[in-house]
Amino acid sequence: MKHAKTATQNACKLCNPLGACLAFRGIENCVPFLHGSQGCATYIRRYLISHYKEPIDIASSNFHEESAVFGGSHNLQVGLKNVTAQYKPEVIGIATTCLSETIGDDVPMILREYTKTYRNGTPMPIMIHASTPSYQGSHIDGFHAAVRATVVTLAEKGERQNLVNMFPNMVSPADLRYLKEIFTDFRLPCMLLPDYSQTMDGGPWGEYHRIPPGGTPASAIANAGKATASIEFTSTLAASKSAAGYLEEAFGVPRHQLSLPIGIKESDKFFDLLETLTEQPRPEKYEDERRRLVDAYADGHKYVFEKKVILYGEEDLVVAMTAFLREIGMMPVLCASGGKSGQLKQRLIELIPDLEEQGIKVREGVDFMDIEDEAKILKPDFLIGNSKGYTMSRKNNIPLLRIGFPIHDRFGGQRAHHIGYRGTQELFDRIVNTVIEQRQNASSIGYTYM
Amino acid sequence: MEHIGILEGREKQVFEKKIGAELSDIACETSSLSGSVSQRACVFCGSRVVLYPVADAIHIVHGPIGCAAYTWDIRGAVSSGPELHRLSFSTDLQEMDVIYGGEKKLYLSLIELIEQYKPKAAFIYSTCIVGLIGDDIDAVCKKVAAETGIPVLPVHSEGFKGTKKDGYKAACFALMKLIGTGSTEGISKLSINILGEFNLAGEAWIIRKYYERMGIEVVSTLTGDGRIDAVKRAHGASLNVVQCSGSMTSLAKDMEEKYGIPYIRVSYFGIEDMSKSLYDVALHFPDHPEIMEAAKQVVSEEVKKLYPELQKFKKALTGKKAAIYVGGAFKTFSLIKALRSIGMSVVLAGSQTGNKDDYKRLKEMCDEGTVIVDDSNPVELSKFILEKEADLLIGGVKERPIAFKLGIGFCDHNHERKIPLAGFVGMYNFALEVYQSVMSPVWQFAPRKGGNR
Ligand code: SF4
Ligand code: SF4
Repeated sequence: MKHAKTATQNACKLCNPLGACLAFRGIENCVPFLHGSQGCATYIRRYLISHYKEPIDIASSNFHEESAVFGGSHNLQVGLKNVTAQYKPEVIGIATTCLSETIGDDVPMILREYTKTYRNGTPMPIMIHASTPSYQGSHIDGFHAAVRATVVTLAEKGERQNLVNMFPNMVSPADLRYLKEIFTDFRLPCMLLPDYSQTMDGGPWGEYHRIPPGGTPASAIANAGKATASIEFTSTLAASKSAAGYLEEAFGVPRHQLSLPIGIKESDKFFDLLETLTEQPRPEKYEDERRRLVDAYADGHKYVFEKKVILYGEEDLVVAMTAFLREIGMMPVLCASGGKSGQLKQRLIELIPDLEEQGIKVREGVDFMDIEDEAKILKPDFLIGNSKGYTMSRKNNIPLLRIGFPIHDRFGGQRAHHIGYRGTQELFDRIVNTVIEQRQNASSIGYTYM
Repeated sequence: MEHIGILEGREKQVFEKKIGAELSDIACETSSLSGSVSQRACVFCGSRVVLYPVADAIHIVHGPIGCAAYTWDIRGAVSSGPELHRLSFSTDLQEMDVIYGGEKKLYLSLIELIEQYKPKAAFIYSTCIVGLIGDDIDAVCKKVAAETGIPVLPVHSEGFKGTKKDGYKAACFALMKLIGTGSTEGISKLSINILGEFNLAGEAWIIRKYYERMGIEVVSTLTGDGRIDAVKRAHGASLNVVQCSGSMTSLAKDMEEKYGIPYIRVSYFGIEDMSKSLYDVALHFPDHPEIMEAAKQVVSEEVKKLYPELQKFKKALTGKKAAIYVGGAFKTFSLIKALRSIGMSVVLAGSQTGNKDDYKRLKEMCDEGTVIVDDSNPVELSKFILEKEADLLIGGVKERPIAFKLGIGFCDHNHERKIPLAGFVGMYNFALEVYQSVMSPVWQFAPRKGGNR
């Protein structure tokens, strides 16, 4: 029976400040700071920790009743002072929560006031402020808002340099490391933002680090305005919300928007762009990666052909994954996202013009109950998305391939690759293996060669 | 190591036991300092902890999505039947709702969800935003209760209006409204309620069985494996047995006042406290010496099984040092004793929400040189862990990566654990887990052990 549905049931999205905190962790010597009540910071830390398995300090201005009535200015200022004293950060990344947004705290003004009061000669941390009310958008919006705010705060004008800005979107630490490797191999200097490859997936410590080592230095971000180009991996982000959009407008840095490079075709576009920018061919290593991938496609194609998939997650990830699944002959029967940029369907039609004839459903702003209802009708062979689909996977006995964020019930989510030839290879192997394992389990004979 | 300062304004929340040092009343029960990275959550979190295990009610979080998303199925509280508590419902307030109010959305959500899931009751948690925009959730609840015929209970848990403890209170307040509305027919005089036991990994079932073996009827566990009907008749019990000082003492007090039911405080962790919690209940029924007899029987049977098994762990762990940082102080007491019983000493003891008496008692219990902290933070915890050369940290998910980064063992003693640590069998699991983590050879590679090449 179909029920009327006002409440969100098992949300397929997270709140804005979570994305902002993650992005701020990709700046060197930066402490994320939530302006609002303590609970939000604690919950977000817990949620991130369960995926990344790293200590994640997020400070909070710890609202109390008086702050809610009289505004949070006092709390914010005391909080900044305390964080500065204890963490000695170079940068404080301030994200607002629903609470401070609703009260209407004028954060930029409070920051000015704070700087005036406390400057007295000593250097102040750089303060970046992202406005991230959760009643508008979801975690991915907070992520982009923080990246943009960082660039807006730090980027400076100057002579063009041989430098490319790389805005990778919310990918895994392993993906970030891969990107850095690619740029190094192309000998192309790159300003990667955010870069939490080390802060969210680092080594052991001999002593406690208030702020973990790693991240892009503020001084490097300052050069973003002098770069020759910006590359951003997104299909749905509007120029007005993107860091690359800002750099183009304010400093004339050309903006190259690519889909997250998942699959051969989209990865080719990325490597082609790098070739154009550097005027040199890609290093042989990547030709090799590509060749191995093409070969693997051949070896594994029968397992995956026309398998039906329900795909969910952030819109950009869904678009990129759809492109990949189509090129290996899989059938995304539902492309779903908890986000609602209003662009998902359009972007998908650009990829698959006969989307509707093919019977591919697209839904924005859904929760897991919606997806489960669809799953009952569509009867997919697979679910592909973050680990929160496990409940529905178990209940309906549909295998789940875990990608993206969060992965709370498997080990190594931070080390999973998704992008480029290497990431695609890993995804393809995992998909094929899921099919093989399923067949093997279902077989009464128990073949040892599959 | 560079000196790590204690945050200004926090000096009074840290204390090191030294000869002659007077405990100049540790400052606790204060709200967290702005700008500190507290390990505490919020009022809402406290309410969620207490009410979450009620499995045949729906739990609706009224507010923007985060508060609900982050608490979806996060606890290991298990149910023997319905599992409505494992679903996450949120009114997912959007900008327009924030401007014009969320009452209508809440009303519709409630009506629809009740129609769809047919729960025995509904709990509505108000979060920070709701406290600001001034939705009259009491009125909505009343209306929906009248229309649907089930109890619809508001839980005033706006995050900023106090601490986690206030959240416990708000939850207890909601439970109080249910208690007393059911029939107490057929309830034995020899009966108890178990309070503050949330059936993590089935712990309530373990405890319940011990009492039943003593001939005691357990009317209601609050709220582990909880059912609305059982809550409603909780006032029929003769005694309330309250675990963990923090979360449900206020309910016990209210029930004492309203129904004249006395209460005792117990802990189910470690052999000593577990045994005591059985004896203390038996003592409450002095006219029935057979109950005490049965209690002794249970303890001796269980200990006979357990004791030899613990020796292996004790042999390995003797001399190792532990740091404890958990939610409630009462649990800290038990853990200190439990650790001692397997040969370990405690070099750091703290809690998120202990009160003055708790800390006084903690000070009495602890050895020389033990550091005692209230509402600590990662920097501070790490400082003491390294200084005191702890081999183990006991805490929750947020503390786990601190331990592992620094290269020491860890035991999860929080609401998310999946292995029962309560009861006699729980003591075995606890010792095993501590053993497995502390004795692992992987720490040889930790920089602290010179693993830096
Ligand atoms: S109040 Fe807003 S910021 Fe805080 S947890 Fe809820 S949705 Fe997220
Ligand atoms: S919004 Fe308020 S109630 Fe929700 S998690 Fe944050 S502090 Fe807690």
